[in-house]
Amino acid sequence: MTVDNSKVKGWTREQMAELAAMDIPDGAYVNLGIGIPELVTKFVPEGREFIYHTENGLLGMGPAPELGQEDSELINAGKKAVTAVPGASFFHHGDSFTMIRGGHIDVCVLGAMQISQEGDLANWSTGAPDAIPAVGGAMDLVAGVKTIFVISQHTTKNGAAKLVEKCSYPLTGKKVVTRIFSDLAIIDITPEGFRLRKLAPGVTYEDVCEKTDAPLLPIKEN
Amino acid sequence: MIDKRIDTVAQAVADIPDGAVVMIGGFGEAGSPTELIHALIDHGAKNLTIINNNTGNGEVGLAALIGNGQVRKMICSYPRSSHSKIFPELYRAGKIELEIVPQGTLAERIRAGGAGVPAFYTATTVDTPLADGKEIRNIDGRDYVLEYGLKADYALVKCERADRLGNLTYNKTARNFNPIMCTAAGITIVQSKRIVTLGDLDPEAIITPGVFVDRIVEVSVPVIESRLIEEGVCYP
Repeated sequence: MTVDNSKVKGWTREQMAELAAMDIPDGAYVNLGIGIPELVTKFVPEGREFIYHTENGLLGMGPAPELGQEDSELINAGKKAVTAVPGASFFHHGDSFTMIRGGHIDVCVLGAMQISQEGDLANWSTGAPDAIPAVGGAMDLVAGVKTIFVISQHTTKNGAAKLVEKCSYPLTGKKVVTRIFSDLAIIDITPEGFRLRKLAPGVTYEDVCEKTDAPLLPIKEN
Repeated sequence: MIDKRIDTVAQAVADIPDGAVVMIGGFGEAGSPTELIHALIDHGAKNLTIINNNTGNGEVGLAALIGNGQVRKMICSYPRSSHSKIFPELYRAGKIELEIVPQGTLAERIRAGGAGVPAFYTATTVDTPLADGKEIRNIDGRDYVLEYGLKADYALVKCERADRLGNLTYNKTARNFNPIMCTAAGITIVQSKRIVTLGDLDPEAIITPGVFVDRIVEVSVPVIESRLIEEGVCYP
């Protein structure tokens, strides 16, 4: 079966980030991965306060500074210049991962290469023989943070499914993902597998099923 | 009298022998003791094992140390970045060994090493290839991986202010791995932007107490690695 892509509208990167932000509760301590997850900071819903943690030692991370105001000693985990908000604190790596591994960070938003129907996440290596493994803090985050959101395009650039029955790439963590925000849909990981939560505009249940390499349960009617 | 001040970075690293295990502080360029690393390049010790979060950028600092053929093995969490090319080339050519350690496990191994804790269990890496061959223990219904503490012969560290006893304060996110590395090395060598008079550091603000520090050198205007890279500098 072929899908007419011109009819599929979907969400932009910004909209995916905004949807993720809307699902983060007021007062949450949040760690954001590199890439699309960084956009979450632009969409904090009215009346909510999030505190951003960056694993290189800053709680209370603010937006990027104005051009010319960058400080090479005030950066985020992606090594980009950031600011510190009022009430921010600095700490060393031991304490930073005490926050992560110790369960003190409420929500982490990450990118993904593959997500299995059981919530397994692969986002650090393709396992290719010439690949240079680089894990950073991803394995600590998925092991220690209670709620793991993934923001990702639904398929790879080549159209391969990222939502699969079983990950073929080396895992970052097993049964760790809570919810996926893709350009096509919001999908929950449930004990029964992938369950559709919300469709992007112009996207049908069948469109999403077509691009998902695992069974997808329809939206649960309450 | 205790006085840990040393006149030059060259003197500070002069006794690092071939084959030493050296922790180097910093996360990317923030907190990287670049002048001490360059002194280690000039000194020429070879066959080193280096513990750092990354593998350096461009052809300065840690990347230059690796490029100069002085490093046998890297222990790190993230060996590539947009400006790192030296390590990937050597790694693909089979000329350098890599032990990949998740960032939090790396930090905790260093902290454990410094605290006299030989090993600990963590949930990080369970059910992943990085747990292959490691002892797994189930504690209260959850699986954990046994990880060993890390110690080094030397640590190279950058800080903001120091006094002659080796009490240290840091600047913003340049703190990162530096304080824990101070605790885990036989000889801890620090470059500080300022060495202040004893008593000038507020005891409430001291992050690294002097007991963890052996040598201090003042480097009042340290280089910024990203600027060197923009200028096309290759060390030496």
